Amino acid sequence: MLRMALALVLMLTLAPAGFAQESTPDTTAEIDRSATGGAQTLEDILARQAGQKLDDSFRSGAVGDPDNAAGIASQLGTLGGVSDAETWRALRYGSANVKVSAGGDVATVLVQDGGMRWHEFRDTTLRTYGGWLLIGTLVALLVFYVLHGRIKIDDGRTGRTVTRFKAIERFGHWLLAGSFIVLGLTGLLVLFGRVFLVPLFGKDANAFLLVWSKWVHNNVAWAFILGLVMIFVMWVVHNIPNRTDLHWLRKGGGILFGHDHPPAKKFNAGQKMIFWSVILFGGSIALTGVSLLFPFDLPLFAKSFHMLNATGLLQMIGMGELPVQLAPQEEMQLAQAWHAILAFVLMAIVFAHIYIGSVGMEGAYDAMGTGEVDEAWAEQHHSIWLEEYKAAERDTNGNAAKTAAE
Amino acid sequence: MKAMLLGFLAIIVIAIGASNILGTLGYSSSDRYSGAAVRN
Repeated sequence: MLRMALALVLMLTLAPAGFAQESTPDTTAEIDRSATGGAQTLEDILARQAGQKLDDSFRSGAVGDPDNAAGIASQLGTLGGVSDAETWRALRYGSANVKVSAGGDVATVLVQDGGMRWHEFRDTTLRTYGGWLLIGTLVALLVFYVLHGRIKIDDGRTGRTVTRFKAIERFGHWLLAGSFIVLGLTGLLVLFGRVFLVPLFGKDANAFLLVWSKWVHNNVAWAFILGLVMIFVMWVVHNIPNRTDLHWLRKGGGILFGHDHPPAKKFNAGQKMIFWSVILFGGSIALTGVSLLFPFDLPLFAKSFHMLNATGLLQMIGMGELPVQLAPQEEMQLAQAWHAILAFVLMAIVFAHIYIGSVGMEGAYDAMGTGEVDEAWAEQHHSIWLEEYKAAERDTNGNAAKTAAE
Repeated sequence: MKAMLLGFLAIIVIAIGASNILGTLGYSSSDRYSGAAVRN
């Protein structure tokens, strides 16, 4: 199971490769372009329209050469060695030597057709798969609830409670949870507003919502980052995987199959998976979010791709090398795509977390509501933690009694 | 319950604070990308 979890993390980490690979040439198809003098042919156009990957080097490299210009006294001698078409190709493929008076490196990119691929990805693939992932998760949780019902406290409540989370832990949790919900909702408004809100409420209402969503999203993000740091610092020590987790997973947590609740420490394997998903995915979302907040100042992907290429992992699974020369705009496009993909995955995970922490399990909400949980609940779901808690309490009481006697 | 409300309140305070700080820095404004400061 741990291996599967690792494989999942690896797959998700490598997912942007597919997005970045769209410009990867397919060297299998050799097209004869002698009839067009080396320019693209009808076959090229049809292949592109059919969505096939093409080796673009036949035109990306055809950018002329000033050294080939005819001599000043020769025929066409004043026209230079680069035609207009070649100049435009050089601009498009980023090899033109562009000088600008303002705007820095970003402004030297005059043509960036990756924007069209990003736009298409955002408007189709991202919306479709992201939307269905969320709907699918909600339906799966509903089906689970209908089949399994609420997980009860087997022997009923004892009325005695133990402190599960201190106030500072609950504060950190709600800071993170509240900001994540706000960020999720505003992010969805930005992505789906044009599709769902414009037909219902019109463009003006959607534009008003978008302006506010953007403000909220950009500024609430800092609360999310603070919450992320807080829960990491407070809980990382309790979320290091150990042997108990393997046993818990084999038993399906006593939730998926059977009613035999396996022992667990402060956090069980399921909660640890949630924790690491939040830390890793949330951390990556935060990083790309900050990169998007400060456009062109924090490029992340070219360096990450370079490191990934150096590991040789991608080459091993036949994905080839990722591009390491990216225009500033491409960095932004990749950051937005990665930000949104991970956000959808994390939203789906958090749906399951919210379900099990509220309607899905009796007594679970108390842990984050008041911080006090019933002993029977703690015994059922976190028996090792309860033993440790009681042992620590006995020690404290013993020491206090000893001090009083002295 | 108090911790939850404090958490939510902190979100609002942080958001307003961040907006003021970032606004003062002039982040993502047109000046930042095309003003005299970035002319080269």
